[in-house]
Amino acid sequence: MTRLVKYIFSDILRTRFIVFYTFFLFASTVAFFQLDSDFGKVVLSLLNIVLMVVPLVSVVFTTIHFFSSYEFIELMSAQPINRRSIFMSEYVAVAGSLCMAYATGVGVPFLMFGAGSYVLPLLATGLCLTLVFVSLAFLSSVLTRDKAKAIGIALLFWFYFSLLFDGLILWVVYTFNDYPLEKITLTLIAFNPVDLARIIMLLQLDISALMGYTGAFYKNFFGSHAGLLFSFSILLLWAIVPLMLALRIFNRKDL
Amino acid sequence: MISIENLCKRFSRLTVLDQVNLNLASGKSYALVGPNGSGKTTLIKSILGMVKPSSGTILFDQKNIANEWRYRENIGYMPQIGRYPENMKIGELIDMMKNIRQEVNTVDEELIDSFKLYKVLDKRMHTLSGGTRQKVSASLAFLFHAPVLILDEPTAGLDPISVEILKEKILAERRKGKLLLISSHILSDLDELATDMIYIFEGKVQYHNSIEALKQETNELKLNKAVTTLIRQRELLDSII
Repeated sequence: MTRLVKYIFSDILRTRFIVFYTFFLFASTVAFFQLDSDFGKVVLSLLNIVLMVVPLVSVVFTTIHFFSSYEFIELMSAQPINRRSIFMSEYVAVAGSLCMAYATGVGVPFLMFGAGSYVLPLLATGLCLTLVFVSLAFLSSVLTRDKAKAIGIALLFWFYFSLLFDGLILWVVYTFNDYPLEKITLTLIAFNPVDLARIIMLLQLDISALMGYTGAFYKNFFGSHAGLLFSFSILLLWAIVPLMLALRIFNRKDL
Repeated sequence: MISIENLCKRFSRLTVLDQVNLNLASGKSYALVGPNGSGKTTLIKSILGMVKPSSGTILFDQKNIANEWRYRENIGYMPQIGRYPENMKIGELIDMMKNIRQEVNTVDEELIDSFKLYKVLDKRMHTLSGGTRQKVSASLAFLFHAPVLILDEPTAGLDPISVEILKEKILAERRKGKLLLISSHILSDLDELATDMIYIFEGKVQYHNSIEALKQETNELKLNKAVTTLIRQRELLDSII
């Protein structure tokens, strides 16, 4: 399996996309540092990029990669190699390279400008989101044989989690605003990895004081170690469940 | 060595393989013949585990191949259309295949030499002509001394000299007592290469016997004549019934 990972990894690096991605993240992080000297504000601005761009890049890159390495997968499946190994190698190589790009692109500027206490949660949420959306993209890739359809499904995941879901929550909150909704919204948030990441980050910053009673309630929950552990476990579940589902489908697929 | 029992494969509504029963023994060479779309490639891909059967089992050395992968160590496969990572060089591809199967100590590079592929090792796969691609596929299939060789239309697209080289190689492997399964439309080639014939039509095995027996049954000396006679006889029978 390590040999497979090595080959897929070198194939990914050859397209140079990962280099561009790293450079883009690096440049925007440095730019935010230049604009503002307050770490909190830098993190807040970066957060918006991370929540939109990281999932988008992850889904699009993964689906394109999966279909362009279809020949490789086909070739390997005629060799004495377990299908599970082929699939997991693809995942490890794709997720690994995207995570590496993110960690370097965002992490290095923080080291250059002095690491605040925010950098660890920012890195952790970004990496988790990468893993989650790479899993979702693999799932959409094995669901269909058509590349355009797969990218469509993957983008739908992104669109849903980044935009539609928030609208849904807002609707719930406005419709039922006579009732205490804290626990319900908290549960609903667990169904969206992007929101989960956003709230983890926001509560690391001090602005949660501005969010009133709900903010205080969340702070109480996500601020505690148990809450943080819980939310990161949910994020990891969001990575593992679609991946296992995709693996099951891939194992039964005709190549 | 390979036994196929009641193998069926359906792609949504289309039945590609219908109750296929076959027993393939070592030391024999099977010609897999049938019109386009009769299920030859699907059968081959099922044996390799690339296509999952809808029902039925395939046994390799008495072991069910479902969800197995180790048995593929014993199979050299030459696909009909060789699809390879497009931005890899031929040399890199061959090295990669060797590297992935490090457990095989000695490799058989005879075809790489006789096809003179060492001259084009630097060419990327997407620049190759169909014929050169076939040569790469053939070289890879024979690389690991596999006791079972499955060749899906091996001679299609090759120039006459390369066809002869490949045929020589196939005959040499046959003499070593390997199991060969060759699908082809070029019956004159199969006449030299194969000992037995499997004729599939619309996913069903219509005929399975030795080529000698087929020639006697049809009173023909050449395989291509024998096969056409066989098909005509069958059609005649069908039209009567």
